[in-house]
Amino acid sequence: MSSVRRFAHGSRVPGWDTAADLSKDPAGVPDPATTPVPDDLRARIEEFMARYPDRRSAAIPAMRAAQDKYGWLSPSAFEQVACVMRLTPGYLVAVATFYDMFETEPVGEHTIYVCTNISCSLRGGDAIYDEMLSAAGDDVSFNVRSFECLGACDIAPMASVNGTYVGPLETDDCRALVEDLRAGRDPLPDKQLARRAIAVTHWAQGGHPQPAVEPEPAQGPSAAADQPSEQPGVTPAPTSTPKAKPRARGDRPAKKRKK
Amino acid sequence: MLQILFKDIDAPGLNTLAVYRGRGGYEQSTRALDTPPEDVLHELQASGLRGRGGAGFAMGKKASFLPHGDMDKYLVCNADESEPGTFKDRELMQKTPHLLIEGIVIAAHAVGANHAFIYIRGEYDYVADILDAALTEAKAANLIGKLNLWVHRGAGAYICGEETALLDSLEGKRGNPRLKPPFPAVQGLYQGPTLINNVETLMNAPIILAMGGEEYAKIGTATSTGTKVVSVSGCVQKPGNYEIVLGTPSREIICGLAGGPPPGRTIKAWFPGGSSSPVLPGTDEMLDLPYDFDSIAKAGSMLGSGAIIVIDDSVSMVDVALKTAKFYRHESCGKCTPCREGTNWTVKMLERIHRGEGTPMDLDIIDSVCDQIIGNCLCVLGDAMAMPISSMVRGWRDEFEEHMERRRELAGLGVA
Repeated sequence: MSSVRRFAHGSRVPGWDTAADLSKDPAGVPDPATTPVPDDLRARIEEFMARYPDRRSAAIPAMRAAQDKYGWLSPSAFEQVACVMRLTPGYLVAVATFYDMFETEPVGEHTIYVCTNISCSLRGGDAIYDEMLSAAGDDVSFNVRSFECLGACDIAPMASVNGTYVGPLETDDCRALVEDLRAGRDPLPDKQLARRAIAVTHWAQGGHPQPAVEPEPAQGPSAAADQPSEQPGVTPAPTSTPKAKPRARGDRPAKKRKK
Repeated sequence: MLQILFKDIDAPGLNTLAVYRGRGGYEQSTRALDTPPEDVLHELQASGLRGRGGAGFAMGKKASFLPHGDMDKYLVCNADESEPGTFKDRELMQKTPHLLIEGIVIAAHAVGANHAFIYIRGEYDYVADILDAALTEAKAANLIGKLNLWVHRGAGAYICGEETALLDSLEGKRGNPRLKPPFPAVQGLYQGPTLINNVETLMNAPIILAMGGEEYAKIGTATSTGTKVVSVSGCVQKPGNYEIVLGTPSREIICGLAGGPPPGRTIKAWFPGGSSSPVLPGTDEMLDLPYDFDSIAKAGSMLGSGAIIVIDDSVSMVDVALKTAKFYRHESCGKCTPCREGTNWTVKMLERIHRGEGTPMDLDIIDSVCDQIIGNCLCVLGDAMAMPISSMVRGWRDEFEEHMERRRELAGLGVA
């Protein structure tokens, strides 16, 4: 694993040497008249704001909603969220840059977080990460990142693929996974965490994923749990033209991120 | 093996309201809402339940610190399970989300909280969906009373598991820890009195009310009551979550339940409570320790979040130290200098050692840097790196020195 991620200017902080335009006033709260916000995004942010005694608490959920919609947090996405929340874009940028899951640069549509923390690396997580990078290759529709402990050390080494946990991974699985995503299929259905019983039962049955004996709750009123695509904050499994223009989401080319 | 939280957890559809209620779910919260809050609080205190998130503070005692009176009070469920090696809350929330909601309703009633939030880490998106669905069901069935309860998703930051950083994050800010005191019980979310508890702690509340606090206190040892879900991972044959009665010998957990190290391997070291806890050697003496808060503390480590990470003899401690330190460097929020700089320089020194360019003096410097981090920051993230790293450098010093020698020889640099 390379050491700290550094930018061309040698710093760990992106854009620290980008000069501020001192002739301009700091951006204030965006004017609704000149900041068009899509209705669905506005509705979701307003719904989030209503949940909290202080509307600023909705900053993270609101930015997640914007990132779901646009694929990354572009300057105009920040403006739209700021406009609905009546905050300055600067406030939101300050918050967003703190959190690992916010992308402030354009990225590929398929997010793959490979856990390389201690428990996964004890079982070969670093090799999985390298293999995943080479499997994704130069395809800009993939955003492969090495990530901190994702809380699934029981299926180590593991990865989170567009929010779906898969593991235990072997190096051969990486190419299959990438192929699944390219073809718009569910990634590695046999290795998804949601299909796994608790440890005691799982190992008693030989440690293999059970085929749909205890699948994700499929019936009953909480069937919504089965369809994360309808819920806020989830990038759905790719259903739309996976081989379409990979740069559809950003005006700059997407790039793979190494941490 | 006594199972309380994991009892029938694989029952099909346990995450639905119908199945959960069919098994007696929400009976305790319904009963609690008709009981004076003091009585509920009394039961929680009598149970001796200690927080399951890491600090191990008595849950009932913490709840009793909240001021009385009819003001806005908050309850926050800490579901930002980010401690490396810990995955118990994920499994519990995924399979029995209603138990958590019931626990929150009970705890909120006990302290008089009118707003409650479940702060779940952003990576657990699919678990949050399950919680959202369960919450919608519970609200529709009018089971949470007047409580204003919501699931709040984070966006990926280890530090937000620290209670005051979590509060800042929940207020829509960067997750920087706050100075304590004032403690959250007095001045927390939106400056109001706030009770913060871990998922597993809150899930115990309905169980305590069902069996009675004093009866619950009979499980486990005198100072560590109840059961604990232990996440075992790393070099074991059956990694996973196992519910144990506190006080169970550690060997029984690692070698019995989790199947021990792979064939032909021996346990070299283990983290008893997540990657923030000082590493213990795999000696018989240590493996025979009862797994409870006090015994592990007496041995010089901590129970923490109850995540055992096993390291076998094929793994180099230098790699483990470097991996651990890098994680904390990445996750340091940067507010306090000892942590921000200390984690960074520790990684640099460990990298130097790893490349074979270090000298034994670097080990002394690491040790002294770690000493200067501990206790000198607003929160314990720096300590969380310093404690395991210094325990590795002290306990396995020979190995670090051997590593340096070997690397130097390989690089043709001769003997130092």
